[in-house]
Amino acid sequence: MSGIPHDHYEPKSNIEKWLDERLPIVGLIYGTIMIPTPKNLNWMWIWGIVLAFCLVLQIITGVILAMHYTPHVDMAFDSVEHIMRDVNGGWAIRYVHANGAALFFAAVYLHIFRGLYYGSYKAPREITWIIGMIIYLCMMGTAFMGYVLPWGQMSFWGATVITGLFGAIPGIGDAIQTWLLGGPAVDNATLNRFFSLHYLLPFVIAALVVVHIWAFHTTGNGNPSGVEVRRGSKEEVKKDTVPFWPYYVIKDLLALVVILIIFTAFVGFMPNFLGDPDNYKMANPLQTPPHIVPEWYFLPFYAILRAFTADVMVVQLAGFVTGGIIDAKFFGVLAMFGAIAVMAVVPWLDTSSVRSGKYRPMFKWFYWILVLDFIFLMWLGAMPAEKPYSTWSLYAAFYWFGYFLVILPLLGVMEKPLTPPETIEADFDSHYPPKDADASAPAE
Amino acid sequence: MKKSILSALVAFGLAFGGSAAIANEGKSHVKDYAFSFEGPFGKFDQAQLQRGLQVYTEVCSACHGLRLVAFRTLGDEGGPSYSEDEVKAYAKTWDIYNAEADEDLPGKPSDKFPAGGDPNAPDLSLMAKARAGFHGPYKLLVNQLFKGLGGPEYIASLLNGYTGHEKEQAGTVLYGNRTFPGGYISMPPPLEDGQVEFADGSKNDVEHMAQDVAAFLMWAAEPKMMARKKAGFTAFIFLAILGSLLYLTNKKLWAPIKRKNA
Repeated sequence: MSGIPHDHYEPKSNIEKWLDERLPIVGLIYGTIMIPTPKNLNWMWIWGIVLAFCLVLQIITGVILAMHYTPHVDMAFDSVEHIMRDVNGGWAIRYVHANGAALFFAAVYLHIFRGLYYGSYKAPREITWIIGMIIYLCMMGTAFMGYVLPWGQMSFWGATVITGLFGAIPGIGDAIQTWLLGGPAVDNATLNRFFSLHYLLPFVIAALVVVHIWAFHTTGNGNPSGVEVRRGSKEEVKKDTVPFWPYYVIKDLLALVVILIIFTAFVGFMPNFLGDPDNYKMANPLQTPPHIVPEWYFLPFYAILRAFTADVMVVQLAGFVTGGIIDAKFFGVLAMFGAIAVMAVVPWLDTSSVRSGKYRPMFKWFYWILVLDFIFLMWLGAMPAEKPYSTWSLYAAFYWFGYFLVILPLLGVMEKPLTPPETIEADFDSHYPPKDADASAPAE
Repeated sequence: MKKSILSALVAFGLAFGGSAAIANEGKSHVKDYAFSFEGPFGKFDQAQLQRGLQVYTEVCSACHGLRLVAFRTLGDEGGPSYSEDEVKAYAKTWDIYNAEADEDLPGKPSDKFPAGGDPNAPDLSLMAKARAGFHGPYKLLVNQLFKGLGGPEYIASLLNGYTGHEKEQAGTVLYGNRTFPGGYISMPPPLEDGQVEFADGSKNDVEHMAQDVAAFLMWAAEPKMMARKKAGFTAFIFLAILGSLLYLTNKKLWAPIKRKNA
């Protein structure tokens, strides 16, 4: 599978040969597990495994929950409480599933920001990046629909607000919204289709994950130095890499266990910390909660959605130019999806010749401001839609777009990057200097 | 430096996630009562849960229901832990509608508490989780870990929060309350000193009864809390041991690559 030269599986016994001629599955697994992996990966390269673990965890707990859950507006809320009270270990499964979603998003954000810092999106890994962004979108859809299923107050009103975004599309918006909801408002039809899709999408994600891994196994992993593995010969490859098994499997498992300890603290001792108390009230279409707040992982984009109000000049300009087709609401929707879209096309916006942010002195500053900007937007998303929060949201949203659309393209031209190491081996050796005796020995 | 992304993003992400709830009314006064079940090692006080059940039965249940709670769970470990006979006897004191017979029959342990009689009185099954006493932006992770969301604190504060003021609005009398959002609540002060006689002679002033019933409602909302904390602790120990072994394995495995002594 890999484009990096390495040892392949050789069937030895007759039965192995028999199988290999008909289905080379052992070779495929061997090639995947033994893939040469840069030996200088740091601890930010563990999130992929954490994410894979999250996906499996969510699917297993979710399948069990679905055995006891009833997708009906009159029964959904009570069936969740049935899981919490009567199903053996049901409370554990449900709290793990609910907090598992939070862990999934925490990990995906760290994974994405890792990629943004080390230039993981750059050629030749654009496809890996784009597939990743599609996975991220699917995750958001899945999480949103899953949050509706307990049919609490925030489930219902969150669904009403978010599906209302589609209603903002000029002309066809109302029709699309009705089609999505299965009726004029969030009701039983909505709950049923959300349940169906919430069950389906994780398997779509699983398939996309396979493509994601396939893509970066073809290009090879990125690494903190941003320098590619030398591919001239197997000997050269061995100087730059170690096989994924056992070196990274053990390292990733260690990281996973540490993260699970934190996760356990949440599930065991404060399982409702990330939830909204309002969701322990059954959905009531006649009573709007005072503040409708999405889950924390949607907050940065929710803040961008709300930032562009009718009194903002760009919104007025857009309305003027399009003859009123783009109003403030639609502009907000475009901005929200645009905020993810600019991230998805970053491989073509970043013009720098150097891949890793480690060797880009100016880039570093703008990158860390982006991280703070993201956190700031997350905080703003939880605040009421009023001044000064709306003004701050606007500035923060401008920086988000500015980073991708202006700063990254210009930096590549203006910045004078440092010189990255010649090889991964050199980068590794600068951290772990060879002892005189084995200076020339191969790293194995 | 990468570690700082990690800690910053996780900490801030989770912290601000928690602040999602802060926008709730804000100004209400919630006293930080010390409950026995707070913190990773806190446990329900069985006697307090039993007193709380008595307050609920004699006072709250006149209007409020507990429709998600089954009588049989009153005998569960980690709850009020009544004996089987006590649960049966208690269930019998309730009239429960039986659909087959189309009439009210004495309750069985398998029945649930009935819904409340007053449509304006919210069901209390999940009340302790549906209200948050602690959600300020500066009371973050550690506070949650050691004190919970503050639902029982909110309930106890509300019951103690009557100011004595009354006002009439659209034909209804509203009662001044320091804890209730907006400052006025339509529920008349439900408790008065000495209202409920406890068999164990515990203090029965409003302050204590309010805490007892708040603790009981926390149990009603989260009956598996003891099992959850125990499982959390077991998982922590297991993961800590597994993590230590993996740490040593990883160190030894990488030592030759990093040219260190294993």
